Order: sequence, then C-alpha cells, then structure tokens
Amino acid sequence: MEAVVFILSLVDCCALIFLSVYFIITLSDLECDYINARACCSKLNKWVIPEMVGQCLSMMLMLVSMHWFIFLLNMPVAAWNIYRYMRIPMGNMGVFDPTEIHNRGLLKSYMKEAMIKLGYHLLCFFIYLYSMILALINE
Amino acid sequence: GPTQPGPPGRHLGHYPSLPPGYQNTPTPPAPSSFHPAIQAATQPFTQGAQPYQQPPGGPGPAQLSPSLAAMSLQSNTPEGLRVVNLLQERNLLPPNPVPAPTPCLTQDLQKLNCSPEVFRCTLTSIPQTQSLLNKAKLPLGLLLHPFKDLSQLPVVTSSTIVRCRSCRTYINPFVSFLDQRRWKCNLCYRVNDVPEEFMYNPVSRSYGEPYKRPEVQNATIEFIAPSEYMLRPPQPAVYLFVLDVSHNAVETGYLSVFCQSLLDNINALPGDSRTKVGFITFDSTIHFYNLQEGLSQPQMLIVSDIEDIFLPTPDSLLVNLNESKELVQDLLKSLPNLFEKTMETQSALGSALQAAFKLLSPSGGRMSVFQTQLPNLGVGALQSREDPNQRASAKDVQHLSPATDFYKKLALDCSGQQVAVDLFLLSAQYCDLASLGCISRYSAGSVYYYPSYHHQHNPAQVERFQKDLKRYLTRKIGFEAVMRIRCTKGLSIHTFHGNFFVRSTDLLSLPNVNPDAGFAVQMSIEENLDDMQIVSFQAALLYTSSKGERRIRVHTMCLPVVNSLSDVFAGADVQAITGLLACMAVDRSVTASLSDARDAMTNAAIDSLSSYRQSALTIQQPGLLAPACLRLFPLYVLALLKQKAFRTGTSTRLDDRVFAMYQLKYQPLAFALLMIHPALYRVDDMNDEGALNINDQTIPQPRVLQLSVEKLSREGAFLMDAGIVMYLWIGRNCHPSFLSQVLGVPNYAAVPEKLHLLPELDTAESQRTRAFIGWLRDQRPFFPSLHIIRDESQLKPHFMQNMIEDRTESALSYYEFLLHVQQQISK
Repeated sequence: MEAVVFILSLVDCCALIFLSVYFIITLSDLECDYINARACCSKLNKWVIPEMVGQCLSMMLMLVSMHWFIFLLNMPVAAWNIYRYMRIPMGNMGVFDPTEIHNRGLLKSYMKEAMIKLGYHLLCFFIYLYSMILALINE
Repeated sequence: GPTQPGPPGRHLGHYPSLPPGYQNTPTPPAPSSFHPAIQAATQPFTQGAQPYQQPPGGPGPAQLSPSLAAMSLQSNTPEGLRVVNLLQERNLLPPNPVPAPTPCLTQDLQKLNCSPEVFRCTLTSIPQTQSLLNKAKLPLGLLLHPFKDLSQLPVVTSSTIVRCRSCRTYINPFVSFLDQRRWKCNLCYRVNDVPEEFMYNPVSRSYGEPYKRPEVQNATIEFIAPSEYMLRPPQPAVYLFVLDVSHNAVETGYLSVFCQSLLDNINALPGDSRTKVGFITFDSTIHFYNLQEGLSQPQMLIVSDIEDIFLPTPDSLLVNLNESKELVQDLLKSLPNLFEKTMETQSALGSALQAAFKLLSPSGGRMSVFQTQLPNLGVGALQSREDPNQRASAKDVQHLSPATDFYKKLALDCSGQQVAVDLFLLSAQYCDLASLGCISRYSAGSVYYYPSYHHQHNPAQVERFQKDLKRYLTRKIGFEAVMRIRCTKGLSIHTFHGNFFVRSTDLLSLPNVNPDAGFAVQMSIEENLDDMQIVSFQAALLYTSSKGERRIRVHTMCLPVVNSLSDVFAGADVQAITGLLACMAVDRSVTASLSDARDAMTNAAIDSLSSYRQSALTIQQPGLLAPACLRLFPLYVLALLKQKAFRTGTSTRLDDRVFAMYQLKYQPLAFALLMIHPALYRVDDMNDEGALNINDQTIPQPRVLQLSVEKLSREGAFLMDAGIVMYLWIGRNCHPSFLSQVLGVPNYAAVPEKLHLLPELDTAESQRTRAFIGWLRDQRPFFPSLHIIRDESQLKPHFMQNMIEDRTESALSYYEFLLHVQQQISK
C-alpha cells in the first residue's frame, strides 16, 4: 500500500519535473525571440491548471497516507500556485499575460520561479524514490 | 505649424546643399580615430563653461579663448549644482518655460545630438554603475516622441543602409571610424567594414570621407527602406469608422459634427489612389454600408445576430475612396437623419468591434470607434462599477484595472493584423474607460474623451471635438510599424510605457504610428560602464507611409558617463524625471494600489534629496537643500499628488481619473507637464517686452507665475494653461478697459456665464490677447478649450484645484509639503 502511494507520487513528480522544464524552455524561447509573447503566454497558461492539479494530487496522496513531513514539504508550493491563480487581476489573460510579461522584469522572475520549482521537484523526486524503495523493501 | 502635416523632408537622394554648419567640418588630424569630437571628450566640461574647438595641430596662444583660463580652475560649481534652500527661496519658477538641460558633451558632439523634443533622458549624465544609480535614488529612463512632426527632416534614398553586423544598429553620428574603411559601432563596439558605395560622398563629390555623409552627420534621419524591410507589399491607407447610433448617441448630436467634419476633410485624408474607407454603425444590431461604385445610393445591410457576427457581403463594404467618393459623401450627408428617431438604448460595442476587425484584418488599417454609453449587450458587455459615493474617498480607489480581458484580447488580435483602434468616448455617464481603453492601449491607438458631450448644453466640448477631429483626420500617419530601441552594451530596458504591444524583447508593435504619441522606457545598468566616456541610444521606427512607401526613421542620442554622484545630480533633468515618475505611478496604481503609488512618489522626492544631502553636500546647512537642477522636483511631485489621476479626498469621477492616467502615459513630455503643472500668466497688463515676432504678429511673452492664489489679484485677469483646457479668470475689480477691449462687455457683472470664445474685437488689447492664446494653442496638436470664468462661475473649483501651492482640506500646501519632506529626511 505504502509502495503504491509512493509510486504514484513518483510518477506525479516526474510529470511536474517535465512541466517545469517545459516552462523554462518556453520562457527562454521568448527571451531569445524564437516565439512571440502571445504564443508563449497561451502555451504557458494552458498548463497552469494541470500543474496545480498535479501538485495538489501529490499533496493529497501524502495526506491520505499520513506522511506528515512530506505533506508539509509539498504545501508551500501548492499554496503558492493556488495563491497565484486566485490573485490574477480581472483584466489579465491568465497567470501569464502577454502585455505585461516584458515589463518590470516579470520574464526574469518567472524564469527564476520555474528554476526554483524544478530544483524543488527534483528534491522531491529523490525523496519519493528513497521512500518508495524503503517501502518496497519493508514489504 | 504643427496643426498641418509637416512639409516633406528634404530628399537627400540627390544631395542638394546640406544645412550650414555641416559643410564646414574641419578635416580631422591624421591619427587613429577619425572622430575628433570623441577624441577631445576626455573629460566632461562643466555646464556653463565655454566649450572650445581644438584646431588641428594644437591650440596656439592666439586661439585660446579667455574662458579657457576660467575652465582650468574646475573649482567653480556648475550652475546645476548650485545649492538652493527650498524653504527660503520662494520664486523658483523661471519666468519662461523651463528648457531641457544640455548634456555635458563637447560642442561638436552636442551640435550633432538628437533634439530634446524628440529624445530625452532623465539623467543627462549616465552613472557608471548600477550602485551609483541606486545611490542617487533617481529613475533612469528615456522619454521619446519619435514620430513628431518635424520641420526639417533629412531623407536618404540609398541602395545600402549601413548597419552593424551584430547588433543591427544603424550608422549614426556617434560611431567612430578607425580608418577609411572600417567603423566601430557605438552600441556593441563591433568593428564593421564600410561598404564601397558608402565611401563616395556626392555632396562634396569626394571619395574617402564616409563620415561626411548625411547618415553620419544627422542624429535624426529617415531612410527609404528597400524591399528586405517589407514582410508584405506596403498596405494602402484604410480607414474604418465605427459609429454608435443608439438613442443616447443621437441625443448628444455628435453624429452630425462627425459627418460634417469628415465631409470637410475628405480630400485631406492621408493616402494615395489606393485609400479605402468604410463605415459601420451599431446599436443593438450592426449595420454595414454597401458603397460599391455604380450604386445609385449607399445600401444599408443589417446583421442582427450579434452573437456570431459575419460580414454580409465579401467586398464593397470597404471601398476605394476615389472611386466611390460621391456615395461616401451621400452617406455622410444622410447618416444623421437616418437615426434621428431611433429609440434603441442598447449598445453592442463588442460585436461591432469584432465585425470591424473581420473587415479590416485582411489589409490592416485604422479603426475609429465613437461610443457614447456603457456597452450593455452581447460580448464585451460591461457593468457599472463606479460607486458615486466613493468619488471623494480619502482611501484607495478601486476599479482602475479592466473588468474583462475581452478588449485586451481583441486589441492583441488587432495588433497581430496591423489594425489600430482609436476610441472616442463622448458620454455623460460612467463608461468603464478602464476596460474600454484597453482596445486602444495595446493596438497603438489613441483615446479621446469628451465627458458630458452635448451639442446644445456644452458648446465648448463641441468646439474641442471639431478641432480635434480635424487634426485627427488630417495628421500624418504611419501603418504596420515596428519600433526598436537599442542602447549601448551594459544598459538594458526593463519596462515600457505607452500605447503599443511589446511583441518580443525591445520590439514594439505599432499597427499605427501617429505624431502625437509619446513613449517612455525605464532602463537599468546591467554591466558597469567602465572605460566608456559616452553611451548612445537609438530608436528606429520602421513604418509604411500613407503613400505606400516603406520608411525607417532613426533617432540617435548620446550622453556622457560619469562616476561621481555630484555629476549625476548635476545632469538630472527634473521634467523628464517627473514625466517618468508619473508613468511609473500609473503602473503602480493599477498593479498595487493608489495609496502605494502616492507614497512611492513622495518617497522619490524624499529619497533623492536625502541622498543629495548625505553624499553630495560638503557643508551641512539647516533647511531643505536641493541642487538647482532639482529645485522644482518637490513642486512637481506635489503637483502629481494633486493631479486628477492620483488625488484623493476630492470628488473625481472614475472615468476622468482613468483618462488622466492614460494621458500621463501617452502624451509627449511637454504636454504631460502642462497637465501636471499648468502655466499661469497675468494677461491684463501684457506688454511687448520680450515679445516674439512670428509671421508679422507680435506675440507677448508674459511671465510664468506660481500656482498660488497669492499671485492672483482682484484687479487683474489671469490665464491658466493646463494643456487640454485653458481658464481665463477675471478678477472682481478688473479694470473696465480690459473688459471692454478684450471681452466686449461694459463691466464685470456683464461677463456671460458660459463664455468660451474671445470676441474678435478690433482693439490692440484684444489682438494681443488672442495672439497670445492662439500662439499657445498652435504649439500643440490637440485643441484646448477656453473657459472665461468669473469668481462665481461653476468652473471656479476646477480653476482653483490647479493652485498647487495652496492648502486644501485634503492636501498640504507647498510649504507644508516641503516641511514634511524635510522632516522625513532628517529622520
């Protein structure tokens, strides 16, 4: 049972890692002028909700299987994602708005955010891997 | 003058004589660098000292100017750094409008430099490092007016347009020639080869002097672009007019004014034989007009399915103007009568915009939308968000950002198809300009606002609308344009202000470019500017002229680099700083809150003066000390805090506030400053001292007064020029001769309540006053309405609200503000 939970979390975490990498690649495409702002933002906005769902799923799994430490580890990122989504001003076209992305260094801060999430997901990946192996051994 | 499209640029394709001064450049000495001006610029000269020309072979004793001796002392503080105690010196305003500061460059460089009317920087001496900039606590940015109507514009038709190979900068007066065949880019320092064709200079018919070509002798120049600069064949001028014909619209009577204006100016619309026009009217349904050449009269086609808009016929809705001119004129004559009896109260603006977009997207062009009420039907319908009880709230103001992303999305779609949308809002009620304005802001259009427009009750607005329409229809226009702003390596742009869409880094997409739009950008110093004496900025605007010619207008500016804090302060341009601060505050009000923006502005004044006090002052004196170049900064900040866009505690309609914010971002600096700090003149005792003589007319130049009731006098008449509106205030005991000679009334009591025109009397006084007001009006592209008011007039509060230096129930007086700043500094 334990092992199943961790296997699912591991797969979920893999998906989140790929998503972070996709975000980083798309944002750096915009920086290097390979795509324009509108295309970039519509691509990224499409994946904002799946990212939130994936993060919350992982958090729920940990909650359900009562691994409190990992649950608390997942909470800040999930909370941040939800906060970011709730706080979109009404006139904006999603979390990533093409008219604002080139202002006030927003592009750089989105890039930083994606990198931090990538590092964080990698950390989580190894934690799940370790826990999964432990759980498999103990069974 | 600026009210007409400027005279055509001098074509230098055949190289007629260059303006005097350019042909007299002395041949430079033989050594490595071919740019004597840069060679001599080893140290920035202090402002006010006499720069001198170094003749080849070194200065002989007979050629040394007397001021050289004074300059070598270097201990005199330049005029910009003269210490001013703001609490003691009351008369800070110069008598004439404040001029732009001159950068500390050698005379050769400064002579070539771009005009400050086109390109202006907040700091005319760029700090060498980001930490130095942070210490000065002043914003670094550029304010540009790239498509301004210019009286002299060199135009070059050349087979090769010389650009740097790596950064694609256009060759400009501030590059250096390493030898005859190679030039070094002043933005990325790459060495490029001079193409063979460029070596020949047809003016002097000489070979081997590429630095004398007009591209290298003019900071503002226009190229005729070859076909590599076109993504598609240049588009024709296409104009589509989208008109609100609901009951409300017909009530205001704008339709007849519009139709008459277009009829009068139909032959002056910029374009050529390919020009196209079209019309759409809408209320709860959308009406198209078939203007096919050959029809006996225009045919109206009504589409009532507004949820899924379609074009009723594939063509002949946008027709060639020359071929269908009679039909167009017939339509314009009959339009006001067509809808005279309408009872429709609903307005399907969103659907009308979608239909108009469908019509214009194949070619691109300009869409002019006239709206008189809140759109309440179909897509893009808006709610009334304003709470009239909150207008005078001393706390935060809500609803400054759009309510829906419909207009923003549509604007981006339009921008992608090279369609610009200009919005004319003529309404007495709340129209949610914060949401509607997005349609223009991101498609490079402009917003015009006529609150409470009514053909009978508000003749001043009618006059303003007429004059603005004339300018709007006949001014120069550029289509499918893009603009790129480049800076020397080490500087980078991080925020943009103005009406456009930033498609990719540094590339601004402008479906239409017009001569009345201003832009601003903020910069940061990414790498230290060591080993550089000057940095350069270049704005290049690629556009299609109304005659279908692809052109590139290039402006290049260079500024010195300094590494001491006092030099940074000496080069501060207080007006540009105020303009940029206003743009930043508008952004902050929308993304954070209005009170945040107000605090940030106050802190800008406090921090910069505090930084000056700590670092640049050698002697600590009591009082509020500022350098002379920043002495007006607290006054301008207080003016911003009391501006309609940012004020709290005074009743301000939400649409008025939002429009003021848009104008602060959109207007070029000179007019934004008039909005922020109006000019006050006494006009009843003008004399010809210092008068200008223009076109055989003597224009008096009265002194600019401080904005305080202290300066008003019951015995006089005062003119306040606030940019978009002017007030002529008549004192109670004004001399009857002024009243009779200028206003044509026998005494004060006979001055009419709502006078907005000066009668054309034959007296000298009347001519002088009208000449002065006419001269002020001629200098700007929009038409300021004039209101002649007595003390009891309804408009008196508007006049008094502009008295910035006085205290009101909700705001500090200028002196109190200075005390507050001083208190914060000494904390």
